[in-house]
Amino acid sequence: MTYLLDPTGESAPATRECTERPLSLKGLTIGLLDIRKARGDVFLDRIEALLTERSFSVLRFSKPTFTKIAPIDLRHEISTKCDVVIEALAD
Amino acid sequence: MIQPDGLVAIVKRDCPTCVFIAPVLADMRERSGLTLTIYSQDDPLFPESTHGSLDDTDLVVSFALNIEAVPTLLRFKNGVEVARTVGWSREHWEEICGVSDLGVGLAPFRPGCGSRTQEPAIAEAHDLAAHTAALSARWVSIGEEEDEFEATFDRGWSDGLPLVPPTTLRVARMLAGTNRAPHDIVAVVPPNLVECTVEKVAINAVMAGCRPDYLPVVLAAVEASCTDTFNMHGLLATTYFSGPVVIVNGPISKAIGMNSGINALGQGNRANATIGRALQLVIRNVGGGRPGGIDRATLGQPGKYTFCFAEHEGTSWGTIATERGFTPTQNVVTIFAGEGVRGVVDQLSRTPESLTRSIAECLLTTAHPKLAVAFDAMLIISPEHLRVFEEGGWSRQRFRAELEELLLLDGGAHSRGSREIMEGMPEELSEMQLPKFRERGLLIAHAGGAAGLFSAIVGGWVGGSLGSESVTLEIDQ
Repeated sequence: MTYLLDPTGESAPATRECTERPLSLKGLTIGLLDIRKARGDVFLDRIEALLTERSFSVLRFSKPTFTKIAPIDLRHEISTKCDVVIEALAD
Repeated sequence: MIQPDGLVAIVKRDCPTCVFIAPVLADMRERSGLTLTIYSQDDPLFPESTHGSLDDTDLVVSFALNIEAVPTLLRFKNGVEVARTVGWSREHWEEICGVSDLGVGLAPFRPGCGSRTQEPAIAEAHDLAAHTAALSARWVSIGEEEDEFEATFDRGWSDGLPLVPPTTLRVARMLAGTNRAPHDIVAVVPPNLVECTVEKVAINAVMAGCRPDYLPVVLAAVEASCTDTFNMHGLLATTYFSGPVVIVNGPISKAIGMNSGINALGQGNRANATIGRALQLVIRNVGGGRPGGIDRATLGQPGKYTFCFAEHEGTSWGTIATERGFTPTQNVVTIFAGEGVRGVVDQLSRTPESLTRSIAECLLTTAHPKLAVAFDAMLIISPEHLRVFEEGGWSRQRFRAELEELLLLDGGAHSRGSREIMEGMPEELSEMQLPKFRERGLLIAHAGGAAGLFSAIVGGWVGGSLGSESVTLEIDQ
């Protein structure tokens, strides 16, 4: 039997369970996260208008730059203030 | 290893000096009133005058006491070594054991022989055993019928090319290339933010095909890449082409046989090829950064297998390292977020002015001719181009200053929609003069073969705090 030494981190990334998908958005606070890709704000402005028209509670957030992961404080703020998040990704 | 209080002597029959002082050992045991413990490295029946000795043919005691020559006489008090002498010296031996007139009739001094622990094969085996004992990586068993090379592909460890299977012996040998302990943490590797030990870097360096003497460079490259400043996570996640480029400066580049000359950016040199590859394997295997996972590159580029070279040193222009305040005798690694290599052809310029204009025109195309400030670049000046500057009396500083002038862009001519091209700079900057590169956004290196009026541009990624800042670190042996 040959043995090799494991070159990996030996740990799958910590399991991150998704929050269960809500059946309805009624009464929930919806976060809109702009990752700062060009024109992501155009998309989110439209989403915000459509949600507000339907009387949903909406909060806006943005990352400092799309090239880096969201700062931990921002992630914490979103998770404490919002029930669901919509993230604008595209150019 | 605790020794009994009193005297300890390490000897071997194969050493003429040990044979010579055998009667002294018997005399010392009789007259000193101290316990004398004798260990023999090759024959426990020796010395006959003391009715033999304790068996240290496995050298456990000799290694524990770090014996370099025999005979060695030591004195222990309360379990602690308080005196040691090597070879035969009447004066020193008398001082240690407190007995006078030792070895009367013998010469007062005679040097000893090398300890068996110093024999190359034995010393290496001992080092390997020590390194092996310190390893803590999980063992992965490979089936009897399984090809070990295929197994490394099957387990997802490969960048697409064959890997050297990381056996315990190979990893232990690799670890001999550094003074750092195997469990030392080198970096926290993105994207999974996994603490990476010297051992894990060594395993990946083995797979990449490194020699042990490359390991300090790989360790520094991993450390530099995993800083917040360099932003390896963002570099992986971007859809852009770029990946980490490793530039090595200082005496180590020659010592390990790196190529800074003909085909410096190409294939054919083991150190260049495997150091860059080892870094990418650490990011893939330890950090979990894989194409299609966190690596979202639209096209990528072949330099993402490996991209590492050494600079020419000792010219009037200095190096990236000396420009950043390091001395030529320091071993230094720089990490730059680079895309592919594009050529700068200028076979006709014989003045620094003309050549600088040529280079500027080519640099302006980095990323896009209408984009400024955001993207970095590295310029690699070849020897024949450098000669034009040196003969014209231009320093690196002069070149930089003149180049910066030529790289100032008119915002209006580069704004979005101008020249009937939608790509470009925002309208609100149209009244401004825009530098093609931000401050610190253009690295200047020197490498290449003696012939060829060609330099090279390695385009960068988004520079500075919005993307990646190149990082320069001293190499820790």
